[in-house]
Formats: sequence, structure tokens, C-alpha cells
Amino acid sequence: MLKAIGVGSVDDLFAPIPAEYRLSRDLKVPRQMAESEIVDYFRERSRENGEGYTSFLGAGAYAHYRPVIIDSLISRGEFLTAYTPYQAEISQGTLQSIFEFQTMICELTGMEVANASMYDGSTAAAEAVMMAVRLTGRRSVVVASSLHPEYREVLATYATHQGMPLSVAGFGDDGRLNVKELEKSITPETAAVLIQSPNFFGTIEDVAAIAEIAHKHGAMLVVSIAEAVSLGIVEPPRQADVIAMEGQSFGVPLGFGGPYCGVIATREKFVRQMPGRLVGQTVDKQGKRGFVLTLATREQHIRREKATSNICTNQALVALMVNIFMTVYGKVGLKELAKQNLAKTAYAAAQFAKHGKVLFAGAPRFNEFVVETGEDPYAINSRLLGHKIVGGLPLKKFYPELGNAALWCCTELTTRTAIDAAVRLVAEGEGSVRLVKEEAAEVVR
Amino acid sequence: MKDMIRKATRHINQNEGLIFEKSSAGKAAWKLPPLDVPEVDASQLLGSSERKDLGNMPEVSEIEIIRHFTRLSTWNYAIDLGMYPLGSCTMKYNPRVNEAVARVEGIANGHPYQPEKISQGALHILKTLSECLIEITGMDAITLQPAAGAHGEMTGLLMVRAYHQSQGNARKKILIPDSAHGTNPATAAMVNYAVENLKSDSRGMVDIAALEAQMSEDVAALMLTNPNTLGVFEQQIHKIADILHAKGGLLYMDGANMNALVGKVRPGDFGVDVMHLNLHKTFSTPHGGGGPGSGPVAIKKILEPFLPTPVVVAKPDGTLGFEYNRPQSVGRVRAFYGNFGMFVRALAYIQANGPDGLRQTTEDAVLNANYIRKGLEGTYDLPYSTPTMHEVVFSDKLQARKGVRTMDIAKRLIDYGFHPYTTAFPLIVPGALMIEPTESESKEEMDLFVEAMKSIAEEVEEDPQTVLDAPHSTRVSRLDETAAARKPVLRWKPAV
Repeated sequence: MLKAIGVGSVDDLFAPIPAEYRLSRDLKVPRQMAESEIVDYFRERSRENGEGYTSFLGAGAYAHYRPVIIDSLISRGEFLTAYTPYQAEISQGTLQSIFEFQTMICELTGMEVANASMYDGSTAAAEAVMMAVRLTGRRSVVVASSLHPEYREVLATYATHQGMPLSVAGFGDDGRLNVKELEKSITPETAAVLIQSPNFFGTIEDVAAIAEIAHKHGAMLVVSIAEAVSLGIVEPPRQADVIAMEGQSFGVPLGFGGPYCGVIATREKFVRQMPGRLVGQTVDKQGKRGFVLTLATREQHIRREKATSNICTNQALVALMVNIFMTVYGKVGLKELAKQNLAKTAYAAAQFAKHGKVLFAGAPRFNEFVVETGEDPYAINSRLLGHKIVGGLPLKKFYPELGNAALWCCTELTTRTAIDAAVRLVAEGEGSVRLVKEEAAEVVR
Repeated sequence: MKDMIRKATRHINQNEGLIFEKSSAGKAAWKLPPLDVPEVDASQLLGSSERKDLGNMPEVSEIEIIRHFTRLSTWNYAIDLGMYPLGSCTMKYNPRVNEAVARVEGIANGHPYQPEKISQGALHILKTLSECLIEITGMDAITLQPAAGAHGEMTGLLMVRAYHQSQGNARKKILIPDSAHGTNPATAAMVNYAVENLKSDSRGMVDIAALEAQMSEDVAALMLTNPNTLGVFEQQIHKIADILHAKGGLLYMDGANMNALVGKVRPGDFGVDVMHLNLHKTFSTPHGGGGPGSGPVAIKKILEPFLPTPVVVAKPDGTLGFEYNRPQSVGRVRAFYGNFGMFVRALAYIQANGPDGLRQTTEDAVLNANYIRKGLEGTYDLPYSTPTMHEVVFSDKLQARKGVRTMDIAKRLIDYGFHPYTTAFPLIVPGALMIEPTESESKEEMDLFVEAMKSIAEEVEEDPQTVLDAPHSTRVSRLDETAAARKPVLRWKPAV
């Protein structure tokens, strides 16, 4: 090949790089490893990473069963190793599957159009809000404090340089958005109200009431859905103008936080302000049905600095996992799956209520609930960890006002045995906390 | 049509409708275990929030699902089928060991909020990959949080802005060469910077005189792809950096073309202050039909205080943990820690290569691009004769005389069994054919490609209509994109 090119050595091909910048030593990276060594290395890391623990964590990342056919199908090289389907004639597989994905997201969310995916739920929420800013010509945003705290942080980052003032509306005793605070925060400058339902505490919001307030003031309602399985049994936020979803629950591994699958769904009339790729149906020269990427004039490769977003690469293969999951469970299975989540959570909440205080009982919840204990939840969790159980997420870090509260999650994979064991271990601590309190009270007397 | 196409033969493939068209009540591919807790009454628990109906969600059996997606998959081209010469996309082989290790139990199923004590494996992976990427780029620090290249660009420019802000002036604009990828200007707009175009010179490189004239204290940074989108290394890169630095500006490098540099030269050594990498290009994580990607951003020391939170740190007891308390941080750009599964794959790739393999990879990628350039020179117009690194850009000038444009040649290439190259980009080359073979291709595969391209050029002379009507061998012929955009049908609806 060198001869064909007409150079003496490979180094001659690097001559355009000025000699003083060329690296004359080996990179200091691990030495070349055999495949067996690589596998061993990652197995070792796996053992250091919670392998074999039972977990009650949710909070935006949910452990649901993943049907095995998801991995069989996404491992096909034709899906795994294909590029973005710009060349439609040899990408009909990817394109049709995205079209089906868009359709099912619409069916589940009650929206009219959905895009091909965003990075994740947090960035989808931020981009959905920016979409509302463009559509309303207004700039400020009211955010529910019961939106996932890390989603709020991401929105704050995106908003900083867009001149988008954010204000926060808190939650009431039932864990739902405090409507009075919303009324107070909303102004004629409010472009969007952003809430999550089920919210960060697992509480289902009264979306209709919130939509009414937002719309009365000419603002758009953006609803974030972090737990997609809820859509099987919880009425979707049909009154929303934009839905920003995280699809992880639908067959995507927890994977220490990613890759996940964001998606934005909205009304047809707003589609031209929507970020991200869209697949549309059309016909070929013979009139045969086919699919193409469409409405690209919204996108960066056409519009450059005037695009609706800078997004290019999305989460296509993860969207395919979500797509296959939705297809497997379908119309009946999703409902039954969601019902099992509901039942496990109702049982667990009732058991915990015997020993600690389950907060926000006044409103319906899906598969998460908040337990307030006398004992510090970090102390509880280190005791549980000794029994290979990962307890609920202590909320102090995000909500100091909630004190010793933790967010617990149960899915269809949580067994009654695990729930009973966790409750027993929490109760041990509560018993001794009570004892200490009683003794202290006695000393005072 | 040519009598003999060596690379591909037409064969039958299955028709398949939309999944909704196969659905009927009672079919199912799922089974739940019996409940071990009492049943609940959903309407009692949820009241008016209870959902009664799931609309037109499908009901199908498992074999139908397997066949559905398998059939769809056979309609795709893929790296696993053959050379995928998309310029600037770096469609290299995606090693299967990467997929295997990403699915190991504790790696695939780790929860992002599980206690640090039982997350040491994941933290170790984050730290090791970070160290490797810092060494490869010659930078000082890194964030792995951005989910893709464009997201990395945004993160990088947020840090640029925060840095200038800390110096008392956020500045107003970003300089972007006319050869740049569309995400660059779109990103600058998201970070509220104005975009100013920078012209290329006659060799396809940054016009130094123009840069000097345009550089001012209003310029926050120059976003430069190096090698640029013509596959040309910016030989005056240090001069460029000096011009920027003299006026307090920063040099941002779009690392899309890092596959030309790994192990041979480090951006940190030639004056770059901030850059993103595309793990789905240079580091072999699969494109998956458009994602997921991963866009780590490597930076010089001066930008370190502004890194997104959290960052991985070693704690006094020797274990690893996350640090959140970083007052000057630009904030979070994504929930959790980024596309962790892609970090696992990228690290496995680095391990499989080691220092020698990484250098060899780069050398092979550059060798392959030059081999293709030599093979097609003369047959296709080469608008810039500047030396080629990992990709080569031709134009359709010679074929346009017969009314055949780059997109037509690309579509005809499909009939020859190849995925098209990148068409009509970079914008500075009218009718561009942008070809990047990567290191993955053998001489035999590239010879077939060159042969196909030459054969198409002959067809253009003898029978241009065949090329204009291509592709002839695909399931669908050219699709009506105008109709798709004029009356968008973006979802299936049941017939009424």
C-alpha cells in the first residue's frame, strides 16, 4: 500500500504534523490486554459494584425486568453497527422501528407527536422548556421543587445563558405541588410551568388543576415523566403541552446512570419548534411505503446557529430497547406490570407505616414513597448494607427540610421477603430510637 | 447496470408491516410471576388518576416480535456488513468484547445512587478511563458527563464562558471556520454566543491573516476541528493558538477527527485549551443507528474549577468518591454521571489496543485514507491537494458535467454493496464526496470500493441515467422527502 501511495514509510504520511508536536514516546495507558484479561478486569470491577445486593432505590433510575429478547435483537449487527439513517434506502429497519417508537410514545403519553429520542429525561426536560420559551416568546419558568433535583440542576445549567429566570414552587403536605405557591410564582412573563408526575416522591400530581392555572396565565405546561412504567396504570398528563420523558424503565439497564433514553412528545402544532430527529412516512418512486428522517430544517446540520437545538447524536439503540420492551408488554402487559408495581408499593408502604411515618399519604402514589424515621437514614442504610440490602435514598442532600426521610421504591422485582427484611431492619433502629427517647423523657421527669 | 458487481449479490428479503398491523387481542409475549403481596384495587388507590385504556398499543407474540425486528434489521446496512466510508463519522469496527463486558452483572445493573462503598468498581472505571483520555489528549482534566459530541461542545463552551466570566468579561462571540460541523454554530448559540465565520485559505486551512484580523477581545474562543473536515492537519496550529491566546481567547478543538491523532500527536501539546472526544467515533462504541454517543470534555488546568459536578476524587481512606462541592462549577449537564455504558466499552477498547495498538490504529487509518485517495485521484476531482490524514474529500466536478451529482454517485454506490460516503459536506467543497475508511478496512475491501467508484465514474460517462435513477437494488427506491416534510406523517394511526 505504501508503494501504491508512493511514500517510503507510514511516518511520511504524518509529515504534515510539525515535528515538534509529534509524540516520540508510548502513551502511558495500560498495556495491551488479551480478551480474557479484559473480561477478568471487568468481572473484578463488577464484584466491587453492588453485585448481589437487593435494592430499594428508584429516584429516576428503576430496576425492572428486562425481557431477554431485547438484548438478542439489539445485538444484531444491523442495528448495533449502523449509522444515523440518513441514507433511507438502506436504513429502513432503523427508520421503521423509530416510526413505531414514536407511535407508541404518542399512544402512551396521549400526545400527537414524539421525537426519535433525546439524551435522557433531564436534558429532555431542559430542551422541552426551551421549546416553550420559543413558542410563547416569554422567558421565565416556574419549576416544581418535586421535580427530580438533578433535572432541576440540568435545567439551571441550560437556562443560565439563555436569560431564563427560574423560580421554584414547593410541595404541600400531600407531596403534591403547592398550588398557592404556583399561583404566586406565575406571571405574565411565565413561558412554562415544569412539573414531574409521578413526582420525585412518587406522588401523582393533579395535572388537570395545574394545567388550568398555567393556561389561564398563557403559560405552557411541561410535564416530566421519570418512571415510564407508571403509564401502564396512571392516566397520562394529557393536559400538558409538552411531555419530557425518561424511557429507562422500559427495558434499559440501570447501568450506573446511563445510557438512558429521553424523549419529547407534544402537540402537532408545536412540532416545528421541537428539537431532535423525527421519522416520517412517505412513498418511493413506485408508490411503496417507506420512512425518512424529516423536518430537518429544525436541525443543526441545516440551520446551524438558528437550529432548535444543537443535538445530533441521540440515543437510537436505547430507543430500540424501549421500543422492543413496549412491544413485548403491549396493551395488556404494561397495565398488569404497572399494577404489580402498585401492589408491591402499597404493601411495603403499609408495612413501613407500622414503624416509621410514611409521608404524603393524602395523594395517590405509584411505586415510590417517603418514610420518615427517628433514626438517621444513613445509619439505617449502613445496617441494611450489612445484610446486602440497599435502603431508600436519604433525602437530606436534596431536601434538608425533610429531615430523616428517605425515598423507597418497589417494582415488580421487589419480593415480599425483601420488603419484610428491610422493614424488620428499619424497625430495629426505630425501637432503639424510641427507647432512647423514652429514657431521656424519664430522666427529665 | 454492470454485469458483475463483485461485492454484493441481490437476494430475497422478507416483507414486514408495522407492528400495529400484526396486533390482535389476546396475543402476548409477556408473563409476570404470581403476586406475593395482596392484590390491590387500582381505582381505589389512584381514583381519577387511574388509567383505563392503553389505546392502540400492540398485542403480539414473542416469535412475531423476533421476526418483526429481525426482518427490519435485514433492511439496514451496517459496519458488520461492509465498509462504511462516512467521512467525519469514523465508522470503525465495534469489538464484541466491549458488548460482553458492558453486560457483566454489577456493571450493567449498578444503580447510580447506590452507596459509594459498593460503587468502587464503577468509580474505578470512571477514574481509569479519565486518566487514559487525559494522557491521550495531553490535557490536564476531564469530565465524562456529556452524552454526545454536541453535548460535549456545549459543556466545553459553558466552561469557556465561565472562565471568561471569572476574568471579568464573558466576551461576545465564537469564531468558527466555514468548514465546521453544524453542531459548532448551533452550540455557540445555546451558550448565547454570537457566531462569526472564519474563512479557509486556498489549502483548506485556517486563513491566518483573516484570523489575525478577526481576533479581538470580544472573541471567547475559536472552535476548530483538527484535522479539519477536509482531513487536513492545521499545520499552523500553534500560530493559531498564539493568536488566540495573545488576545486572551481560548482554543476549542472539536475532537471528531481524533482518529487521525491518537498516539501520534496530542492536542494538549499544540495549544488546545478545551476539546471534546466522541467515544462513539474514536473509541469504538457502537453508533447504534444514531446513538448513544458519549462526549467527554478534556481541559487545561485553567478551566478545571468550572468542570460540571460531580467529579471523581480519591478520598483520604484510599477509596474513590464523588465530589459535589465545587462552587465555580458550570453545574450539571445531565442527570447522574453520563453514558456510563459507553465508558466501559471505550476503556475495553483502550485495553485491547494498549499504547502500540492505539498508535497502529491511527497509522492504519491514515494509510487507508491515502490509499483511497491515490486510487481515486484522476477519476474524481480533488479540490485540495493538501496532504490527507484520516479522510479525503473529492468533489463531483467531473461528473457534474453529465448532470450527475455527489448524491447520485452515493446512491449508486449502494447498488455496489457499499454505504455511501458523506455527501455535500464540508460546505466549502461544492458537491463534496467525503471518504473516511478508518483503520478497520482491509486492502481487499478498499480495492472493491475503489473499483466500484471507478466503475460508477465510467457509468456516468456511458449511461448517466443509470446513476441518476439509483439505487436499483434496494427494497425501496429513492423516497419522496419533500412530501414527507410538506405533510408530515409522524405516527401510525388505525384506519377509520
